[in-house]
Amino acid sequence: MTQTFPPGPDPAMQPLPRKGAGLRGIMRGLTAKLVIIIPYVWLLILFLVPFLIVAKISLSQIATAMPPYQPAFDGLDGLWAKLSSFTVANYLWLTEDALYFNAYISSLVIAGVSTVLTLLVGYPMAYGMARAPATIRPTLLMLVILPFWTSFLIRVYAWIGILKPEGLLNQFLLWTGVIDTPLLILNTHTAIYIGIVYSYLPFMVLPLYAALEKMDHSLVEAAQDLGCTPTGAFWKVTFPLSRPGIIAGCMLVFIPAVGEFVIPDLLGGSQTLMIGRTLWNEFFANRDWPVASAVAVILLLLLVVPIMLFQQAQAKTQEEGR
Amino acid sequence: MAVKSLNSIRRNFSPWNDPAAKPYIQFENVTKRFGDFTAVNNLSLTIYEREFYALLGASGCGKSTLLRMLAGFDEPTSGRILLDGQDLRGVPPHKRPVNMMFQSYALFPHMSVEKNIAFGLKQDGMASADIAKRVAEMLKLVKLEPFAERKPHQLSGGQRQRVALARSVAKRPKVLLLDEPLGALDKKLREETQFELMDLQQDLGLTFVVVTHDQEEAMTMADRIAILDKGEVMQVATPPEIYEAPASRFVADFVGSVNLFEATVTQRDERMAELQAGPDLRIQTSNPGEAQHSATVNYAVRPEKIRVSSRAPEDTSVNAAEGEVFDIAYLGDVTMYNVKLDDGRVVKATVINSQRLADDPLTWGDRAWISFKPDAGIVLTR
Repeated sequence: MTQTFPPGPDPAMQPLPRKGAGLRGIMRGLTAKLVIIIPYVWLLILFLVPFLIVAKISLSQIATAMPPYQPAFDGLDGLWAKLSSFTVANYLWLTEDALYFNAYISSLVIAGVSTVLTLLVGYPMAYGMARAPATIRPTLLMLVILPFWTSFLIRVYAWIGILKPEGLLNQFLLWTGVIDTPLLILNTHTAIYIGIVYSYLPFMVLPLYAALEKMDHSLVEAAQDLGCTPTGAFWKVTFPLSRPGIIAGCMLVFIPAVGEFVIPDLLGGSQTLMIGRTLWNEFFANRDWPVASAVAVILLLLLVVPIMLFQQAQAKTQEEGR
Repeated sequence: MAVKSLNSIRRNFSPWNDPAAKPYIQFENVTKRFGDFTAVNNLSLTIYEREFYALLGASGCGKSTLLRMLAGFDEPTSGRILLDGQDLRGVPPHKRPVNMMFQSYALFPHMSVEKNIAFGLKQDGMASADIAKRVAEMLKLVKLEPFAERKPHQLSGGQRQRVALARSVAKRPKVLLLDEPLGALDKKLREETQFELMDLQQDLGLTFVVVTHDQEEAMTMADRIAILDKGEVMQVATPPEIYEAPASRFVADFVGSVNLFEATVTQRDERMAELQAGPDLRIQTSNPGEAQHSATVNYAVRPEKIRVSSRAPEDTSVNAAEGEVFDIAYLGDVTMYNVKLDDGRVVKATVINSQRLADDPLTWGDRAWISFKPDAGIVLTR
């Protein structure tokens, strides 16, 4: 009688785990995690902690002291006393004075109008760049980025020289005879729009260019082949396909424009009401840090909505595999 | 669409032999230059209604430029293009009664399959009920009914090709232009789709102009093939004519594979010619073409018309030569032999493996005879 043994792995014959593989595996795991940890730590230290400090100040009471608020930390003993002393009075104050509400609305409107204007100026630019011969595209791209090589502040100051009543623009227009009296542009909303459109244009052009450049031109030809006029093909094909670029560009302009301080301060004159300026006044003129912090927290919450919309649009684009 | 019946594919259709037939598309002395580069050089072509016409050539031969000029994306530098007697110069793409199927398919990524197909119909201002009907019809035609709601990126390559096809025929254009329609498909799918395209063309009664670099594709589908090289037409003929009676060395060499022997005409009469191709090879041919006595010509003979054998043929004085088997490629259905003649020339011969595992196979280094019949080849003077 023969006996057959089922063939199977002999436990003694299993290969031994290679020495050091475990340690190397751990190291590799750590390296992979480090890649994620670093940006999170960065955000934690440079965004979340300052935000929490600001949020905490916004719940404190004003104190005439140096610094002009009650101490942030006075040991664990005082923690409960501290918490109980927190007040939402600063937030309530924001609702009582119409100034803040008006400043928020005015900022959103100015940022919104500026964003639309930047899109109107930036889209044709990006379109022209994307349709330009491939050889000159890098040059055009560099020209868009070129202003960044000079200080932002200096460039805004330069606009004062251009826009003021005796400035370059008015001198030119008077010389050509288009106008008899100098135009009042500086210290108006128009000057703010010009400043924001000028300063933020690259942020609009670059994502639009990226979206338009990778678009297959045969799609436009296909639309025309199927009976679209060139204009029709633009609105039915090019425009919807550049939507991710439009959204990204608008967010990149709108979000910083809402809180913009330098441009309205230098070009907008004293009567312009924007939240960035209000914030500055509360911090440095009134030295009311708690109210200023409350203003900042509300501004942040206002901006979180468009940022989240932006994120969602990005996720959707990625999901569609484009 | 499966292959329905073979007789719907090959048909008795030859308007180009009918002097009364009116050409449908005419290229008249068309030249197209891009800067210094001449893409199309003084080219004339006529295409007839309901014809399946293939433009065949290597890349850069100007075939795609011809198609783009017909669609209206490029205008000829000189010459004119007529469609049904009407000069197309200055007519923008959206006003031409032609539709194009793009090589990249150019499906609108932001629209569903249904919307892609309906796109052209909407531009025509068709009533929405009619559009829905036509789209359903098209989806059925290309067997994509279950995919109507999908976006192009959710489809396979073959499905996308069908959507592109459905979209381009949905408007019932007078002429359908196809730019490498099967280029992106794998071999099996390509073969299937070839027959489907032919059936579709028959069913809809359209004129098809297809651009391809794949000679098999052109041979299978087209009624006539125009061979292009460097922006010029080399030959326009039916697939059998192109293959068996090429007009020049270029065409003979471009389509399929061929053995070309340089030879001197030693005898010439009405039906026959005798050539001397090297000291040991005398050729008798019943296809003398335009051979003149004592002229230097090329004798072209296709590999499958050459017999290879270890035994000498009965008459070794004509259409036969001896050599050594130099290379063998076994492809299953056929075996290709490269026989190196004693004078050093290499002759390609293809043998159909009609028997499983032949008894007396030739092998590397064997002495072998090649031979062919008088009507096997053709004399080329160009």
